[in-house]
Amino acid sequence: MTAVTSVAERERTGRRPSGRESWGAFVYLVPALLVFVAFFFVPLARSFYLSFQRSDLFGRPSGFVGWEHYGDLFTDPGFGKVLLVTLGFVLLTVIPSMLIGLVLALLLQNRIRGVKFFRTAFALPFAFSVATAAVLFGVMLNPATGVVNGLLSRIGVAPVGWLTDPAWALISVAITSVWMQVGYNLLVLAAGLGAVPDDVLEAARLDGASGVRLQLSVVMPLVSPQLFFLAVTGTIQALQSFGQIHILTRGGPDRSTETLVYSIYDVAFANNNSNFGAGSAQAIVLLLVVLAITAFQFGFLERKVFYA
Amino acid sequence: MATVTTPAAVARTTPPSDAPPSRRRRGAREGGTPVGTYVILGLLFVVLLFPVYYGLVGSLMKPADINAYPAKLWPSSGVALSNYANALDVIPLGRQYLNSAAVAVLVVLGQLVTSVGAAYALVFLKLRARRFWFILLLSTMMIPWEAIIIPNYLAIAQVGLINTIAALALPYLAAGFGIFLLRQAFLTFPMELRDAARVDGVGNFGFLWRILIPLTRPTLAALGVWSFLSAWNMYFWPLLITQAPENQTIQIGISQLQSVDANDPGMVLAGVVLALLPTLALVLFGQRFIVKGLTAGSGK
Repeated sequence: MTAVTSVAERERTGRRPSGRESWGAFVYLVPALLVFVAFFFVPLARSFYLSFQRSDLFGRPSGFVGWEHYGDLFTDPGFGKVLLVTLGFVLLTVIPSMLIGLVLALLLQNRIRGVKFFRTAFALPFAFSVATAAVLFGVMLNPATGVVNGLLSRIGVAPVGWLTDPAWALISVAITSVWMQVGYNLLVLAAGLGAVPDDVLEAARLDGASGVRLQLSVVMPLVSPQLFFLAVTGTIQALQSFGQIHILTRGGPDRSTETLVYSIYDVAFANNNSNFGAGSAQAIVLLLVVLAITAFQFGFLERKVFYA
Repeated sequence: MATVTTPAAVARTTPPSDAPPSRRRRGAREGGTPVGTYVILGLLFVVLLFPVYYGLVGSLMKPADINAYPAKLWPSSGVALSNYANALDVIPLGRQYLNSAAVAVLVVLGQLVTSVGAAYALVFLKLRARRFWFILLLSTMMIPWEAIIIPNYLAIAQVGLINTIAALALPYLAAGFGIFLLRQAFLTFPMELRDAARVDGVGNFGFLWRILIPLTRPTLAALGVWSFLSAWNMYFWPLLITQAPENQTIQIGISQLQSVDANDPGMVLAGVVLALLPTLALVLFGQRFIVKGLTAGSGK
């Protein structure tokens, strides 16, 4: 009995933690906070600061320039193209990877023989890092000796300048990204579909729904949380893509694959440019875009998604 | 939860694989014939798995085969294991392998310590302004790393840590995702166990170390796998802060192979396969942990 009351007493004091208790708890937060302060919060403040500073030859901040870097961005047609390329890359990556992931997830819902084999196989690209995938695709898409053009030539298709033709380069980088993303999308959608209750499908079938109709009008709304999650996280991830562009095209040819993140790298780091001020202004633009998408996710669209 | 047992609830909790009747029912779910399903699956299988096949087989092809036009699909003039020896030769891949492993181990340990600590304080301890700390810690998930990479690079350069393992690992020793994942797991922990421990006079740290950590091992493993993958695979940060080949990670190393000898794609692919081995093993044998970690937050 005494033990029970002592727990109750502690619970009561727990309503408003004493200073000593709260400090004792705070100690457990300190390791994570130290890392975040040093590598997230202070750098975040410095990114804003740098975006208003001129950079000297060695990249040191050398004087306040106000909104100059931002003004340059929005009067420079080059930056307009960067934003267009970024948008194109997001669309070319997110939409195909979601569609393919969805088709795979729906097909693997069938209880056919070999489902386990297919599931494992389709998860394999997931093991690839951005560097391994990009280097592999770089070899395969090589215009002269690559296996893709080699196979195309067997069916009479002229060689394509996958990475050298401005019309194709962005598509090639996007193909690489889609390939890396599909396995993950499949995992998430399969988990969502697996949670669709059988009785819902049964009821729909009794009402005469079947085939594509059943998928579109019954199953789709039920996995809309997963679809929405993938659309948002996929978009944010595409916005942050860097490695595949750096390895496959370096932003070229003719800046046709120069996305926002690649442009930050170009201005700040490539060829010892060291233009950290202008680079930081672009970094803030990236930050605002990602924050806007996140706010959109939490605030607006999530309410319109059907939760089973 | 366990009070009403409807047939639907049973159907939901029964694993489909050992329920033959529901298998037939599910089979009819798609409306298409199994043949059609196999055709589409087979087609996607060939397209999506071809790069994996070609990466493995190409890594064994002699230059004469892999550079042939039109390209060959198998090493018809013999297997060239020398590709692997060459890859290890032209770039210090062995050393870079160790660098990657060291960074990954540091990041995994760091994230486990920082995430367990923070999630523990948020869920179990009497913390003032708990909501504020929760939002602050999780807000780091919304900041794109590339937006703060310039000041991070400058800071590392200022303190003279360029070309060090420490610089590669430091920013990744904590992650909002890890804290979120563990917090969700801790929230479902039975409070009775905590109360029982308290009654027995177990202190805060004793409860964390002897009861909570052993009982949430699957989630900790998921976080370990996830943080290992992200550390092993990172590219942008190591590209910036390492210059000398012997200080670089395997990911940067293999991306240099192409520029070393553009006429030897077999060697380049051998490097890719080497870099891939640890993560391939994880995907093949640790998939349940990956699914647990990576689908966290995707549903409701």
